[in-house]
Amino acid sequence: MSSPIKFLAQKHRKQTVIIAVIGSIYALSSWILNFDSFSGFTAVPKAFTWLGVNFSPTSESVELLPRIWQKLIETVALAVSSTVVAAIIALFVAILGSKATGINNYVHVIVRGIASFFRNIPLVAWAMILLFSFKQSDFTGFLALLLMTVGYLIRAFMEIIEDEASETMMALKATGASYFQVIFQAVLPQIMPSLISWVLYMIENNVRDATLVGILTGTGIGFIFDLYFKSFRFDAVGMTILAIIIVVIVLEVLSNQIRKVIL
Amino acid sequence: MLEVKHLTKSYQKDKPALTDISFSVEPGNFLAIIGPSGAGKTTILRSLNQLIKDDDGQILLDGSDIRSDNKSQLRKHRRQIGMVFQNYNLVERLTVIENVLHGRLGYKSTLAGMFGIYSEEEKKEALELLDKVGLKDFALQRCSELSGGQKQRVGIARSLIQHPKVILCDEPIASLDPASSHTVMHLLKQLTIEFNIICVANLHQINLAKKYADRIVGIRQGKLVFDEESSMLSEEILETLYDQSISKELE
Repeated sequence: MSSPIKFLAQKHRKQTVIIAVIGSIYALSSWILNFDSFSGFTAVPKAFTWLGVNFSPTSESVELLPRIWQKLIETVALAVSSTVVAAIIALFVAILGSKATGINNYVHVIVRGIASFFRNIPLVAWAMILLFSFKQSDFTGFLALLLMTVGYLIRAFMEIIEDEASETMMALKATGASYFQVIFQAVLPQIMPSLISWVLYMIENNVRDATLVGILTGTGIGFIFDLYFKSFRFDAVGMTILAIIIVVIVLEVLSNQIRKVIL
Repeated sequence: MLEVKHLTKSYQKDKPALTDISFSVEPGNFLAIIGPSGAGKTTILRSLNQLIKDDDGQILLDGSDIRSDNKSQLRKHRRQIGMVFQNYNLVERLTVIENVLHGRLGYKSTLAGMFGIYSEEEKKEALELLDKVGLKDFALQRCSELSGGQKQRVGIARSLIQHPKVILCDEPIASLDPASSHTVMHLLKQLTIEFNIICVANLHQINLAKKYADRIVGIRQGKLVFDEESSMLSEEILETLYDQSISKELE
């Protein structure tokens, strides 16, 4: 009778130790970085006040809206196109590489490796590497976003196929259906909602990331942001940020609506 | 006639999952396979259409061995063997009739099957079969909207449209409530007789096995310990099969 009680007591002790360890890791790293937690937190409101004073859009910056708007549309288009192309490539590769539909285990491991390679090189690094070959252009940004998104989506799609399609695949295989029939009649219809959901998520993400890439490649909304920022026109910068936030929120609401309908 | 001879399979070395399983079934007969979990029932069933590759033995369907098939021969054999699953394994996003028509894929060219192009006769037959399993008005519903019992009946219709000689049922009623279980078992029994097919089902419900099956095979630790008319199933046999007294189940 006493052993379950002992077990619970031990469990509590374990949890206390884990929390203590996390706490000391935090303390240690603050010490290494010379980071004073208290003044760090008190600085937050100050930073926001500074932001509010300097970055508030003025009537002058409202006049810039058409230009900002045009660049923003360019950026959204870049994000959408790169994500869609990445999704098509990733779907093919994921079908070839997943455990359920793939060729064999070697291909599975190789595909996972490639996906992880593309995913784990930071987006900024991709953009800077590609700048050498493709100069400052929309295509550089497109390619940087594409490569990283392919990395994410291959991984996600492979897992979706393995989780959601294995059972129906087996059923159709048992009817004597051929490989391509199984892919088109069972796997694709079965995974479509999760697949679209992931693509929408990546589009949301890529709109934000496209802004960042734009700073480096000198295109889209990122270019304008950089331009205003470096010429100290902080009110215009504030306007640009506001426009980005609004578009990102609208996209999020939109994709949530789409998800509700398809799921 | 379906004959299984000396079927053997092990997943790990020196740990046989099946040892020397032999039995045979005539058309129009319902065979139930019973036994504890992990005894090898699913392995037997999935070997019969080679979803699992066994190690040794023979599986003869009307005299031709499925085990020695090449890829295209196996496809032809598989389309004569319908399969019904515990979790139904339907494409939930598609409509009922599309799922039934999937049973025809084995007869179609790759392209026609890929894009789901079916003939008028096939579509009519799918509707007739849906009528037969009591789902006439559900043809255009999405499968995700159906209840468990209804899904299983779609699964049965999908296997029937294959014009099968054999239907394999892997725990067909394990996820169903008692009323739906009886409906599904009754339907399987009735179709077995009507279409003169061989029905092989893995079952955990001994009372239902005794009620609906013509013959019962008992599997214990990968070995066949019992193969008799279902009326011969007794408490003593069940006790050796399950290592415990479960007399209540027989009532």
